[in-house]
Amino acid sequence: MRIVIAEDGVLLREGLAHLLADEGHEVVASVGDALGLVEVVEREQPDVCIVDVRMPPTFTDEGLRAAIEIRSRWPDTPVLVLSQYVEERYAVELLSSQTSGVGYLLKQRVADVRDFLDALERVAEGGTALDPEVVAQLLARARRHPHDELTPREREVLALMAEGLSNAGIAQRLVVTEGAVEKHVTSIFTKLGLEFAETDHRRVLAVLRYLEDRDP
Amino acid sequence: MTLPPPPVRVRTPNPLVRALRAPFELRTWKETIHLLLNMPIGIATFTIVVTGFSLGFGLLITLVGIPILIAMLYVSRGMGWFERGRAKLLLDVDVPRPYRPDPTSDRWWGVPVSRMTDPATWIEIVYHLLLLPIGILTFTIAFTLWVLGASLLFLPVYAWALPQPVHAFGSWGEATFDPQLHIGVVGGGDGWVIDTPIEYAALVLIGAAILLATPWIVRGLANANRYLVRGLLGGNVFERVQTLTDSRAAAVDLAAEDRRRIERDLHDGVQQRLVSLAIELGRAKEKLDTDTDPDGAKELVGEAHEEAKRAITEVRDLARGIHPAVLTDRGLDAALSSLATRSPVPADVRVDVAERPPASVEAAAYFVVSEALANIAKHANATRADVTVRRSGDRLTVKVEDDGVGGASLVVGSGLAGLRDRVGALDGELHLLSPKGGPTVLMVEIPCGS
Repeated sequence: MRIVIAEDGVLLREGLAHLLADEGHEVVASVGDALGLVEVVEREQPDVCIVDVRMPPTFTDEGLRAAIEIRSRWPDTPVLVLSQYVEERYAVELLSSQTSGVGYLLKQRVADVRDFLDALERVAEGGTALDPEVVAQLLARARRHPHDELTPREREVLALMAEGLSNAGIAQRLVVTEGAVEKHVTSIFTKLGLEFAETDHRRVLAVLRYLEDRDP
Repeated sequence: MTLPPPPVRVRTPNPLVRALRAPFELRTWKETIHLLLNMPIGIATFTIVVTGFSLGFGLLITLVGIPILIAMLYVSRGMGWFERGRAKLLLDVDVPRPYRPDPTSDRWWGVPVSRMTDPATWIEIVYHLLLLPIGILTFTIAFTLWVLGASLLFLPVYAWALPQPVHAFGSWGEATFDPQLHIGVVGGGDGWVIDTPIEYAALVLIGAAILLATPWIVRGLANANRYLVRGLLGGNVFERVQTLTDSRAAAVDLAAEDRRRIERDLHDGVQQRLVSLAIELGRAKEKLDTDTDPDGAKELVGEAHEEAKRAITEVRDLARGIHPAVLTDRGLDAALSSLATRSPVPADVRVDVAERPPASVEAAAYFVVSEALANIAKHANATRADVTVRRSGDRLTVKVEDDGVGGASLVVGSGLAGLRDRVGALDGELHLLSPKGGPTVLMVEIPCGS
């Protein structure tokens, strides 16, 4: 894949570049600020961008805003946002327009190289990758209006669906068969009264909408 | 250290220009209006206070006096509020409310008794009484000077319209229309007939001189009035300085305490993790060097990996404890929602803040909620918590309620006392209502000083 990295920390930028090169990806450009990012994306039209939230000049959320701009100007360019901290509010902003080809992960997830690369590929292919911590925040909100009809196992599956995992991915995580996962998913959708979704990212959208609606 | 600002050269206009301009300045007129209003308002406040208190004390023996006296405490505060507002509008003096905070007692007489024993209440009542004599004085002086000055200045313009061709003062204070114009010298006598242009011109000049001098007399009176407002409506200056000193000292202590906590967290948490990480990596290196136990080395690297991730999480939590980034980026609503989702006790957050308060106020409000939720989780045995944040005008109000067992207190060294210091450093107030058996309500008010 052709990848653009926007990250102002040199160590992490180089580390990411090495890690991606080891996997056979091509880092076509790496920039240290958000303004440069939009220009580079326009020029290179990469397969996916990896963007840090906090960058110069203001060190607040320019990476996030650049990501939203990229998603609206080039809807076919997937963006994976990395951050030192994750907040549900940023996730909602990022995912408000669409959930396909969007990822939002804690930086430290890079340390779990395999999971990180899976998430990156998922995003590059038009899927979703949402950090477990964001999902936990969303679920905590939904907890206020209990959907206790779900079994503990189903709640686990719901959380993994919200993270953007496919049935196969969920089966691998929970060490069960894909058939078992399918059964749980069907049961969740029935209990929550959700429409069945064809693709994984539509499914994420359905789950997020459900959790969001629970917000007073 | 920051450098001192460069000296600013203030351009002082020519004294003559200043003198000519003074009668037309907005400030002069605002002060004049204030001095004139003193009398009618003084009549009102004097009457209300005297009537109310005589009635109250007079009927005390029949017990009907008690509600009247209590009502007077509130009426007096209302008039104090009005007077502070008037002074702010017309005299440009902004004095803080001098009262001590109402106690958070659940007995009905708690607030009235506290107000009754608050010296600020009685000082304010003295002000309401003094306003009448002072008002008569300021009204008379300001009114007389402006009217006399203006009438002399424009004398030639309207002299022809007077019923008599000439007009005179027989003696001071007694205006007479005498066929012959007499300007009375004190002590009477035949006076001085005004009938030549030169004499008219002299009177016009005197009128102009009075008009030019009046702004300065008005200013002097207004300044005296400002002292009065500051002294009697602004509370005891000494006491306020004392509170300021106290809260500043508390803020310094708080900062030192925060630094100690951060140091502890770094040493006990992150550093320990990094040490054990280094040890594990060292052992793995050893095994790889000697090439005796590749599986063991693999396992150690795996452990080191886990350890490193835990260290990252700890640093992240530590950073959030110092200052949550989302607060800076998105404000209280986002930060408190995020805090609530982390709370073990289900918490509902409602934030109604149209205009963002200063960063220090936002941070204080955030830590109030953070500490309150932590306390609720630890001690309250509650099933739910409600957080309400509202900004009305230049005050931010934070309310945290739970349905727990109550009994929270502000003992020294507790987290809540730390909060009070943090809030006090911003001139805010913290009230806690937590009877045994619950529920607990924590109220914080912080001025936003926009």
